[in-house]
Amino acid sequence: MAMTIHVDIVSAEKAIFSGKAEMVYAETVSGEVGIAPRHTQLIAQMRPGEVRLHNEGKQDEMFWVSGGILEVQPHQITVLADTAERADDLDEARAKEAIERAEKAMADKKSSIDFAKAQAELAEAMAQLRVIDKLRKIKK
Amino acid sequence: MASTKELRTQIASIQSTQKITSAMEMVAASKMRRAQDRMHASRPYAEKIRAVIHHLALAHPEYKHPFMQKQDQIKRVGLVIISSDRGLCGGLNTNLFRKLAKLMGEWEAKGLEIDVALFGGKAVSFFKRLKVNIVAELSDIGDAPEHDVMLGNIKVMLDAYAEGKIGKLCIAYNQFVSAMTQEPVVETLLPLDPGDNDDDIKYYWDYIYEPEAEVVLDTLLKRYIESLVYQGVVENKASEMAARMVAMKSATDNAGELIAELKLVYNKARQAAITQEISEIVSGAAAVE
Repeated sequence: MAMTIHVDIVSAEKAIFSGKAEMVYAETVSGEVGIAPRHTQLIAQMRPGEVRLHNEGKQDEMFWVSGGILEVQPHQITVLADTAERADDLDEARAKEAIERAEKAMADKKSSIDFAKAQAELAEAMAQLRVIDKLRKIKK
Repeated sequence: MASTKELRTQIASIQSTQKITSAMEMVAASKMRRAQDRMHASRPYAEKIRAVIHHLALAHPEYKHPFMQKQDQIKRVGLVIISSDRGLCGGLNTNLFRKLAKLMGEWEAKGLEIDVALFGGKAVSFFKRLKVNIVAELSDIGDAPEHDVMLGNIKVMLDAYAEGKIGKLCIAYNQFVSAMTQEPVVETLLPLDPGDNDDDIKYYWDYIYEPEAEVVLDTLLKRYIESLVYQGVVENKASEMAARMVAMKSATDNAGELIAELKLVYNKARQAAITQEISEIVSGAAAVE
């Protein structure tokens, strides 16, 4: 049996996932990382995007996080997400709506603060859509 | 003896009070259950982030974040106080404020100055009357406290600590022990307690930081404090509901007792009136004969 690493995904509201994986992919602010068991200690800031757990012979499990912190210990990975969902629970229509709303807000920017907020919302919604698209491809 | 009519109105008014208190008891009971759920739901995050912070304390970071450094001489203390927004919850807030007044007295005796950040209407109205330096306040938190609205209050304190204005940051709230007991507690938030790491200096390691130690640690530690404060607010909410439930239950019981007593007096008065009437009729009839 392949080596596995324990993964915990929690958001401020609830625990999302706790289990084992052979490989974990996550998106940090400086790019996507793939983490195998016995990885060295790492602590990273995450950007909105997916967290993917790979297990041989099983379908990948996908989660969506809106950002947060990723901590890696040799035998344990902790994802402290601001908000997180299982990818299956994501709602495509709602993500698209959010994108429209954010784009509109950016178009008639009133102040720089609003603009930054709209941009962050847009990035989040885009990341959600990316995850949904990917999930759909896997299922086909 | 009060007239029967007066007694009747008195009983009716107590009965309507009892109806209100028993309704409030039921509302508090159901809200307590929801508050408890919320408390449990936010626990995994708090536990995990605490574990990460513990790991961090065991590591040997090159960069020392201001939150992890102790000030040699503390001149000013920050205090985050969490209370309920509404009253009618027994001695919940009073117990907390009494404990705090004592603690603040001790601090002042030591020559420390105190900055307070307040959550909840009761704390705001209480501490406004005292001569304390209020740096931030927030009332009307609602039944489902949201993270975002609290950030302002917390940020004021964290910034003050980072700038070295305050040398210590504490949080005070009512801990939810059970539906019957709530305990006022004061905990230290900053400086972070690095814990006992003597046994773990077996080998030397540090994290890889992405993007940079400063940025990541700053985010992580802020999240940690925020999650602790959030936990405090949620726990205080559950305590409030539990205390209100108990207070309203005893108010309902008291009203019941009062009604029983008044009913007794009322029946006696009614009986006396009837007896008097009969004796009047009898004596009237006797006079005619």
